[in-house]
Amino acid sequence: MRRLTFVFVALVLALAPAAPAQAPGSRTVILSTTTSTQDSGLLDVLVPLFEKNTGYSVKTISVGTGQALALAARGEADVTLCHAPVLEKKYVAEGTLQDRRLVMYNDFLVVGPEADPAKIKGDKSVVEAMKKIAAAGARFVSRGDKSGTHILEQSLWKHAGVTPAAPWYIESGQGMGATLGIANDRQAYTVTDRATLLAFGKRVDLKPMVEGDKLLLNIYSVMEVNPANGPRVNAAGGKAFAAFMLAPQTQAVIKAFGVDKYGQALFVPIAGRGSDEGDVSPPLK
Amino acid sequence: MDVLVEGVRQAVGLLLGGDREIITVLWLSLQVSGTATLIALLLGIPAGAVLALTRFPGRTLVVSAINTGMGLPPVVVGLFVTILLWRSGPLGDWEMLYTPAAIVLAQAVIASPIVTGITLAAVQNVPAKFRLQLYALGASRRQMLGVVLREARLPMLAAIMAGFGGVISEIGASMMVGGNIKGQTRTLTTAMVLETGKGNFDVAIALSILLMVLVFGINWVLTTIQQRRAL
Repeated sequence: MRRLTFVFVALVLALAPAAPAQAPGSRTVILSTTTSTQDSGLLDVLVPLFEKNTGYSVKTISVGTGQALALAARGEADVTLCHAPVLEKKYVAEGTLQDRRLVMYNDFLVVGPEADPAKIKGDKSVVEAMKKIAAAGARFVSRGDKSGTHILEQSLWKHAGVTPAAPWYIESGQGMGATLGIANDRQAYTVTDRATLLAFGKRVDLKPMVEGDKLLLNIYSVMEVNPANGPRVNAAGGKAFAAFMLAPQTQAVIKAFGVDKYGQALFVPIAGRGSDEGDVSPPLK
Repeated sequence: MDVLVEGVRQAVGLLLGGDREIITVLWLSLQVSGTATLIALLLGIPAGAVLALTRFPGRTLVVSAINTGMGLPPVVVGLFVTILLWRSGPLGDWEMLYTPAAIVLAQAVIASPIVTGITLAAVQNVPAKFRLQLYALGASRRQMLGVVLREARLPMLAAIMAGFGGVISEIGASMMVGGNIKGQTRTLTTAMVLETGKGNFDVAIALSILLMVLVFGINWVLTTIQQRRAL
């Protein structure tokens, strides 16, 4: 028993640093954001840059867009980077989030199995394609998680006047990568952002079916959190991060990101081009 | 199958190459889960011993609660600890959410019932007549407790293994209260989810091998102590 006690004490001493000295609140910025900015690796490049430039320490909470916005609206974050314009505008109108500005965009696309059971390959209108998928009862995998991608997918069904339902409509409840895997396995259609598709390109046999429609724009905006939302919101830190995302140097980094790995950029920077989807030029091809 | 073979091959390369990010993640996991297990031992051993040796009204209810707690879903603990630690929550002043300390707290909550439950069973297995005999020989209450705990020490090593094994491999609580922040709160399991999400299956496989080797190594050391003393 004595030897065991000794082992315990030695372990306590060795592990003591695990409880870290908490950085003063004002130097820590909490960023709530969507999974695609993290999974694409963009934040791994931008966050260290911001920390070096400003001395702030960033805690990046990467969750679905719905949750990221809800956390920010509760004052559990200081700044948010999301991609669900309609939902974002709702929060801005309520006053919980403020100063919404466009940062960058890329596009969504409908992908599906080579066999293309709903015959949508090459369609110009994504709404027509969604109608055909529903009419053919072809399998479709939805994120089903209130993410930016899911919210966009729901708006497409609404445009098409279709209420998707089982058995052909499958809700994965998982991230984009896992959802692509399920769609691949089930030979189903799904809507994906281009960055994740590029990252998973080699793992799935799904082919691009519909792309280039204006409805498929994927626009990322930064918003500051209203300090009135809750106690301890670091308004200055949130403002600094938002300003950083829009700075010319940062926008240049975004423009170059992904070229070395995928041979094409994953995001197009658009800071300063207004705050509405209508201000964005046609999607990339 | 190709992914698996290629994954294992790359995993070995990453591990032998001493990839710095993987070392950081490994060290943090060890620190966090080790500290949480220690806290659980400090709370659980006395609690388990007291429950085993006393009788009071409602004791069965408490023991049932402990036994239920042994299977406490980490994601439930994660949710409630998150809400407690929110800026707007009752412990918001501590500014502890998304820090390693928050993961330690959540994991200690997960491991404590496990340690308590196993200690309770181990101490109860020491025959009651043995305790009476100690009193008859003139032992004080405290001396009796010391001797009984020493008798139960071998089964109690299982408490350490079960507690540590439970928390180092849990994901729900670490993800929710830690936030999987690079270099700060990224543990072996949360990193695995992230790398899988990114499509980096080779790194995810490397991390899972590392986790298995780590848990096996620690269990091996403890089992060696346990079995040697059992002879």
